[in-house]
Amino acid sequence: MTVDAWIAEPVNWVFSIVAVVILFTAVRVVTSPNVVHAALYLVAALAGSAVMFLLLSAEFVALVLVLVYIGAVLVLFLFGIMITRAPTGFDEGLSNDRKLVSAAISLVLLGVLSWASLSAFGTDTVNTVGSPTATEILGDAILGRFVIPFEVVSFILLSALIGGITVARRDLTPLEEEERKAV
Amino acid sequence: MDWIDFLIVVLRVVVVFALLLLVTIINVWAERKVVADFQNRIGPERAGPFGMLQTVADGLKLFFKESIIPARSEVGMFLLAPFLAVIPAFLIFLNIPFGRPITIGDRVIPLQGMDVDVGLLIVLAMSSMAVYAVVIAGWSSGSKYPLLGGVRATAQAISYEAAMGLAMVAVVLFSATQAADAPGGTLSLAELVERQSGTWAGIIPRWNLIPQIVAFVIFFIAAIAETNRAPFDLVEAEQELVGGYFTEYSGMRFAMFFLAEYINIFSMSALTATLFLGGWNGPTWDGVLPVWLSALLPFVWFMIKTYVLVFIFFWIRATLPRLRYDQLMALGWKRLIPGALGWLMLTAVVLGYRRFGLPWS
Repeated sequence: MTVDAWIAEPVNWVFSIVAVVILFTAVRVVTSPNVVHAALYLVAALAGSAVMFLLLSAEFVALVLVLVYIGAVLVLFLFGIMITRAPTGFDEGLSNDRKLVSAAISLVLLGVLSWASLSAFGTDTVNTVGSPTATEILGDAILGRFVIPFEVVSFILLSALIGGITVARRDLTPLEEEERKAV
Repeated sequence: MDWIDFLIVVLRVVVVFALLLLVTIINVWAERKVVADFQNRIGPERAGPFGMLQTVADGLKLFFKESIIPARSEVGMFLLAPFLAVIPAFLIFLNIPFGRPITIGDRVIPLQGMDVDVGLLIVLAMSSMAVYAVVIAGWSSGSKYPLLGGVRATAQAISYEAAMGLAMVAVVLFSATQAADAPGGTLSLAELVERQSGTWAGIIPRWNLIPQIVAFVIFFIAAIAETNRAPFDLVEAEQELVGGYFTEYSGMRFAMFFLAEYINIFSMSALTATLFLGGWNGPTWDGVLPVWLSALLPFVWFMIKTYVLVFIFFWIRATLPRLRYDQLMALGWKRLIPGALGWLMLTAVVLGYRRFGLPWS
């Protein structure tokens, strides 16, 4: 497919615009000097990814991305930021001098992911816009063929949850127990 | 898709928009009247008959007031937040079918902003987006009370969204067994309403309310919490936080938060009516009544059901005192979420037993 033919498709215009937005916001997530701004740029980047899924006619995945990441995970991020510190100016201590290492790791990750998806799917194409994947098929796949990975992921989440509670919880000292009983 | 189809789509969206603005004007007035009656006061009575134009007068007043931007605020975010409040509110109602599809010529026009296969997910996603407006407004004001309101909103939204989603799952699971011709579940709101038509034993309407009563109670409590209404209005608790997240807002920007809140009340009531009370289903006496009346009746049934729930919103506000923060968290995490999970399992086991029989037989 030549570039002219590629750009003639309206879907690809949307793709290009959204891709530019995602790249810009993703860069701003790590370069923004204000931690709340960084979190909000992450929201924008995730919203862009949701649009990408919509372009691939994966409605369910797109909406679950919005629901779980934007609607829950990022809200928790913001909660964490605001309950500890919520600067409205610049935050000097936000960056450190380990930029090279992070850049190298990011590049390696990009390489691995690109290699994995290229070798898995190659030149396969997906459904065109307007014929979305039925949610039923996804449900059958998750609870059929992929049920064991699904359960494993659930257990990882459960153990993370229990770990979080154990780390955050502070048992009362005997003295405090006495005080609480007295009240 | 020719230009008439395009026009119909535009018209549907405009109708939803106008409907929401209209019901907001009525709802603000109705709430003041209802709460006034509960508290043995008169309420608005000067502007128009029964004070019905009070909301219009208040709206005009806010329109002409100065919108103050505090010096310590983050200006961009501060200006963006009111829009973030209104947009998800509109998008939620866009998914809700408010009448039976009308047939004109050979065109079937669904009375719904948009009918998507995953409509229920859009509603859930949008209602979880609404918290961003509160958080961003609270944070960008650069003031203490709004920030506290924003922090409270985040925790509250996360806690009650989970219960709401789990209650919805039970309903979706149940309605998967309700389709006569097409077995399998659905997330389309139009289809969910369709499956609640008809009656059991000739008199009991086939609403999800009766078999899913526990889910209904959990869902409705979570819906009140999601809209930050009393008794869950810690986000804007006047006695503690001045006005909560919109303390620093004035003029039209304040009006937009107000508008979003009332649209959300109406949308959540409409969604509850759609999921549990059969949506627009009801007797239409086709063939007995004139055609236009039969076409109008489903909309009337929908509005009646929705307004019963809107009234319950007002009733609860006038009756219950505000929860303390720890009570809010305890209710969400220790009562509603385990309750919703238990109910979901019970529903799944009963439906599984009905379909497959005992596991060892």
